[in-house]
Amino acid sequence: MPEFTLKIRRFLPETGDAPYWEDFTVDLEGHRSVLEGILQVRDVQDGSVGIRCSCRAAICGSCGVRINGRATLACKTHLNDALEDSQEDGAIVIEPMGNMPVIKDLIVDMDAVHWTKIRRVTPWLLPDGPPPEREYVVPHEAMVDVTQSMACIQCGACVSDCLSMEVDADFVGPAALAKAYRFVGDPRDAQHEERLRDLAEDPHGIHDCTHCFACIDACPKGVAPMDQIMRLRRMAGSDYEIDDRNNGHRHESAFTEIIRKKGILDEAKLLPDSYGGKLHPRVVPELVDSLPVIVTALTRGKITPKAALMPHRLPRDSQEAVKRIFETIDERDERYELNLYITGFEDEEVEKAAAEEERGPHE
Amino acid sequence: MPTHDVLIIGAGLAGQRAAIAAADAGSSVAIMSKVHPVRSHSNSAAGGINAALNPEDSWESHALDTVKGSDYLGDQDAIEIMCREAPDEILTLEHMGVTFHRNESGHLGTRAFGGASAARTYYVADITGQALLHVLYEQLLKREETVDRLEEWFTTSLLRDDDGRCTGVIARDIRSGRLEVFTAKAVIVASGGVGQAYRPTTNALICTGDGIAQAYRIGAPLMDMEMIQYHPTTLAENGFLITEGARGEGAHLYNAEGERFMEKYAPSKMELASRDVVSRAEQTEIEEGRGFPDGTIALDITKVPKKRILESLREIVNIGRDFAGTDITREPIHIRPGQHYVMGGVKTDVQGRTPIEGLYAAGEVACVSVHGGNRLGANSLLDTLVFGRRAGEHAAQHASATGLPEHSEARLSDEQAWIDSIVSRDRGGRRVSELKAELGTAMNEHVAVFRHQDGLEQALEIVRRLQEEGESAWIDDQGTIFNQDVLGAIELGYMLDCAETIVVASLERKESRGAHFRTDFPERNDDEWLKHIDISRNGATPEIGYSPVTITQWQPEERTY
Repeated sequence: MPEFTLKIRRFLPETGDAPYWEDFTVDLEGHRSVLEGILQVRDVQDGSVGIRCSCRAAICGSCGVRINGRATLACKTHLNDALEDSQEDGAIVIEPMGNMPVIKDLIVDMDAVHWTKIRRVTPWLLPDGPPPEREYVVPHEAMVDVTQSMACIQCGACVSDCLSMEVDADFVGPAALAKAYRFVGDPRDAQHEERLRDLAEDPHGIHDCTHCFACIDACPKGVAPMDQIMRLRRMAGSDYEIDDRNNGHRHESAFTEIIRKKGILDEAKLLPDSYGGKLHPRVVPELVDSLPVIVTALTRGKITPKAALMPHRLPRDSQEAVKRIFETIDERDERYELNLYITGFEDEEVEKAAAEEERGPHE
Repeated sequence: MPTHDVLIIGAGLAGQRAAIAAADAGSSVAIMSKVHPVRSHSNSAAGGINAALNPEDSWESHALDTVKGSDYLGDQDAIEIMCREAPDEILTLEHMGVTFHRNESGHLGTRAFGGASAARTYYVADITGQALLHVLYEQLLKREETVDRLEEWFTTSLLRDDDGRCTGVIARDIRSGRLEVFTAKAVIVASGGVGQAYRPTTNALICTGDGIAQAYRIGAPLMDMEMIQYHPTTLAENGFLITEGARGEGAHLYNAEGERFMEKYAPSKMELASRDVVSRAEQTEIEEGRGFPDGTIALDITKVPKKRILESLREIVNIGRDFAGTDITREPIHIRPGQHYVMGGVKTDVQGRTPIEGLYAAGEVACVSVHGGNRLGANSLLDTLVFGRRAGEHAAQHASATGLPEHSEARLSDEQAWIDSIVSRDRGGRRVSELKAELGTAMNEHVAVFRHQDGLEQALEIVRRLQEEGESAWIDDQGTIFNQDVLGAIELGYMLDCAETIVVASLERKESRGAHFRTDFPERNDDEWLKHIDISRNGATPEIGYSPVTITQWQPEERTY
């Protein structure tokens, strides 16, 4: 059987030693999981290697770790795939998840970070009045829709790799906000507006997400937390017209409007437009506040006065193409929301399946 | 020393449901689990939960299916209660927030399941157990004031006072390694089954029979331990479960000759016969040489429309892709029967009471018995919730009429000394992990779908030898913080106690009924064996007793599907 080297980040708090790396070699078929590799280490080499694990089948959410620098479930990662992704010479690098304190080896303190944030979003259904005699009658689609966030197994991979949380430890974060969508998208919950207002007004709430996609990459269950955050934002801004004090909604609208008009972002316009346009009284204090940032950007050559006055332009046909995208979207009766349980597979596979259907049934 | 009215061990569906019921009845409650509650094995119940909630359906029909599924070993008073209370339980959960999938009109939707005469399985895609577990946890968080959550605490022993009452537990804080006594007026054991005594198994690594063994050790009788369910559709390599929901949605089984062989074994229910029937059919095909070379059968899900698969069987699309390299929407997946569930457990009445005052049990750990010789798919979630709630309610009532138990800290130092002695064992004997592997392999070889005297005697010999070797088996980890190694050694002891009772009961039942098929006694024998086998610990050895099966309105008949 092939051999794999697992390079495991060890931390044994009682020894007083700093964290260190330890290499273990395991004999397993390449399609077996990294978790099975670690379990083999524990069974025959060193039973003291700490990792939470239980179901082995990506359902319980216990074995969140970083493999080759990215958070995932050890049970869901094949050894040969992990080896292929490795940047280290022939070794699969396994570390505890990020953004959470390490307790021992690969075990992190989920309660101090992850669960504290989950508790922040009032994570239980808040219906109006006493329940009906039978079930709540709600559309089938609504229940299928929230299934994507119900599919979250609370493994913490998204929290581990969230870049916003790295700079703002108070960010409510991808897992808790996906959990919030599970209630805001649930027609039985009667506090949609209150929940959205709460999360929009919180400086560490929905507008603290920088749209970096790291949580979507990390999530082993296709929950796509960032998509859920974006849906919360659209509902807060468009459906409930919540004019949050973080200026999140206006900023997003300004961004979209600039793209619609010019096909490309004009950064010099973005800040004033986000606060209601150049002449709006809100703009002046905001511009003054932003002066240090602007000065730094100027001195480092990130922006130049010339570029600010004469922004990049797209060729006319490209501008038209962007406009057509907006028109197509505007023509839809309903807002188009991506949802795994409704649209099926990740894009690539949907296309493959569609292509196959066109070719007609095989065999 | 922490003190509560009701202390619950295990935080899967049974435990969490019990905690909510006891708290809502006014008790102070603590719920303790060796893992975070949402890591519990209830997660893995994919397909759904049964209830006769449709006006066209009836609880009697559900009960009769369950009685027949149990091969008439289930206690009919308990089955009646479960099936009568099922509709209300589903509605309660729906009101709490479970996102059950709907039908076209927006009412609760159902799917078909094995052994059932109507489509009465309510579901959330194929993550029903997960959805239920996470929603109950939401409800625990909501009750933060009345329910103390002891997450990642490992119970080492149940306590009994001189009057024979169960008075609490000793438990180890996994994070610090500290041992503590918890006192309670009532203790509910809800810590699941013992699938890890088998290898392979569909069960999670945490399913090590802790509660069954702990209760057995303080004198509670176990019932029907020989009844071990093999699930018909598990992956050959690692034992992972493919939900019965797949067959419920229309998937078929084929042998290597392309024959839909269930026609021979269950001409009317076909793939949706009871699990014991389907597993035996598959095993027969495999043993008679009509399986695939890797000893498997083909499960063909491609019959189910792709849209339906993506919407409602998504998890097994993932499992097929990630763990078998198979796209189940395009090609059959290879499966075989695998250890899945223990119908037996700690003997309780319909309130969840064991014969020990103050000790309750609910869920897979318990044997009420509603499953008898064979559990129907989607009845396990129902069992955990109905009897979890009943145990919680009754324990609360018991607690309100009971004074706080006396207790002594003396046990604590003995327990600490015992754990320290495991940690400091020298490396003269065998590794704990070796013993566990040998146990699992032996059980899967001799105490599986087909059993006979010789194999069972061999298994008993192995289990007893392993018990002896377990006394000196060693571990690596010498630390206190998150020492999972020492917990593994304690769990091995639990599994061996459970395995011993499974083998002893299997040797005792000299007939074939439900999941227990003896090739040397291939017929069901109601005259001699329409009774439960109870096992109590007498000193260090299991002592066999019998108790009658409760029959209310359904007399035993021949069982065909």
